[in-house]
Amino acid sequence: MELNYHSIEALLNAAKENNCRLSQLVLTQQAEQMELPEQEIYEKMRQNYQVMASCIQPGSAPDLKSTSGLTGGDAYRMRTAVEQGKNLTGPLLGGALYRALAVSELNASMGRIVAAPTAGSCGIVPAAVLTMQEQYKLTERECVMSLFTASAVGMVIANNASLAGAQGGCQAECGSASAMAAAAIVELAGGAPDMIGSAIATALKNILGLVCDPVAGLVEIPCIKRNASGVAGAFVAAELALAGIRSAIPADEVIWSMKKVGDVMPAALKETAEGGLAATPTGKMLHGQVFGE
Amino acid sequence: MNVFDILGPVMIGPSSSHTAGAARIGLVTRALLGKTPVKAHIFLHGSFAKTYKGHGTDKALVAGILGMQTDDERIRFSLDVAKREGLEIQIETGELEDAHPNTAEITLTAEDGEKVSLRGSSIGGGNILITRVNGMEVSLTGQNPALIVLHKDAPGTIAAVTEIMAEYGANICSFHLAREAKGGLAVMTIESDSCLGPDLNEKINQLENIYSSTLLERV
Repeated sequence: MELNYHSIEALLNAAKENNCRLSQLVLTQQAEQMELPEQEIYEKMRQNYQVMASCIQPGSAPDLKSTSGLTGGDAYRMRTAVEQGKNLTGPLLGGALYRALAVSELNASMGRIVAAPTAGSCGIVPAAVLTMQEQYKLTERECVMSLFTASAVGMVIANNASLAGAQGGCQAECGSASAMAAAAIVELAGGAPDMIGSAIATALKNILGLVCDPVAGLVEIPCIKRNASGVAGAFVAAELALAGIRSAIPADEVIWSMKKVGDVMPAALKETAEGGLAATPTGKMLHGQVFGE
Repeated sequence: MNVFDILGPVMIGPSSSHTAGAARIGLVTRALLGKTPVKAHIFLHGSFAKTYKGHGTDKALVAGILGMQTDDERIRFSLDVAKREGLEIQIETGELEDAHPNTAEITLTAEDGEKVSLRGSSIGGGNILITRVNGMEVSLTGQNPALIVLHKDAPGTIAAVTEIMAEYGANICSFHLAREAKGGLAVMTIESDSCLGPDLNEKINQLENIYSSTLLERV
């Protein structure tokens, strides 16, 4: 099957022409490319989804601490607020926030996660899909399939821009994850292909230019909370798109601009821990606290 | 690229280069020793030296030395596992010349005194490059089955080794040679697309001018 991952527009056109979900096209094409039965590819993705789900419980434990000792326990705080019905924005957004924190905090404590697309942004896609499953009583199959759509979006970004913070800043990691999650949410909500395109564009536009400035060079501050905002941004983008709001700038052009923005971003703001929050007095103090300087 | 390069791999956090890559460097060292180590000396350079405590790079390297894979949940507790299994660990930090920022030098000692030392770098996304074995320059990724052949620098030695590989239908995808001096100790590192069995390795070990040939499976 002819399906390449160089443009979002081409992917969505293929879904329209075949009158089927993008995820099904991607699964079929990937099975052909990897010379394996569709069932085997699906099963591998299902296992990844199960690993994602298995992160939530340990990631939101009250006594969780990262290896550096800087973070841990915030997913528990958010989860408690949601479960007691005390959070401001209800179970959907609240649920997504605590799950994103849980996966990300588990990563920082040397837990087992799925890079999605990176370890630094590993909480966003799982939080989106797991929360959709819980809130809308979706089947596991629908959720696993939506991960093929999310992956296809990630491949287009990888082919045209970058998924690495060291190359493109946080927009390349949490931004890409947010766009991938937005596409998955729209598909799970039954949105049309054009809505997926608008959601991808909006999610990326809203995080465009975000720098990668980890305190002490560790995947913790501000990465963990950016996973929470990344999934919130995915829901914002999906909600707008599902209401029929179109992105004025098409997704492929947003990806192009993300590449250009990343190219001109100074090295101090690309994972070197020399600028941004890492260079603040508190950021430097925390660095000293961890590494004893 | 496929969907599992985007959603995947399943790994132990927090960083593919500082954790997954480090574990793989440990795994290669263990595979080269080919037996249980009782002592591990680890020298960390660059970003590995500066951030290993926060990233758990030490735990990941030790986990690899203990034979744990990159998605093994025991990586977090590997230092305790090492203690229980009687593996003595020394960690030192400092500067190496001409080394990638994420580099470790590991020396393992087995109970019978046999030693192997290696220099490996974590070059991004969990990928690694082994650049030295026992002080000699090599080039190994660990992504393919490989042979590390210590031999006397003598005419016909390379041909004899590659002839055996041809006989077994093993296609070579990377070949690297280094020697101390003309006619002295030399090392070949050969990576292959196909699985290299113990039979092939045994045959190479019996060749003239070969000191040792070590088979390294894909890690």
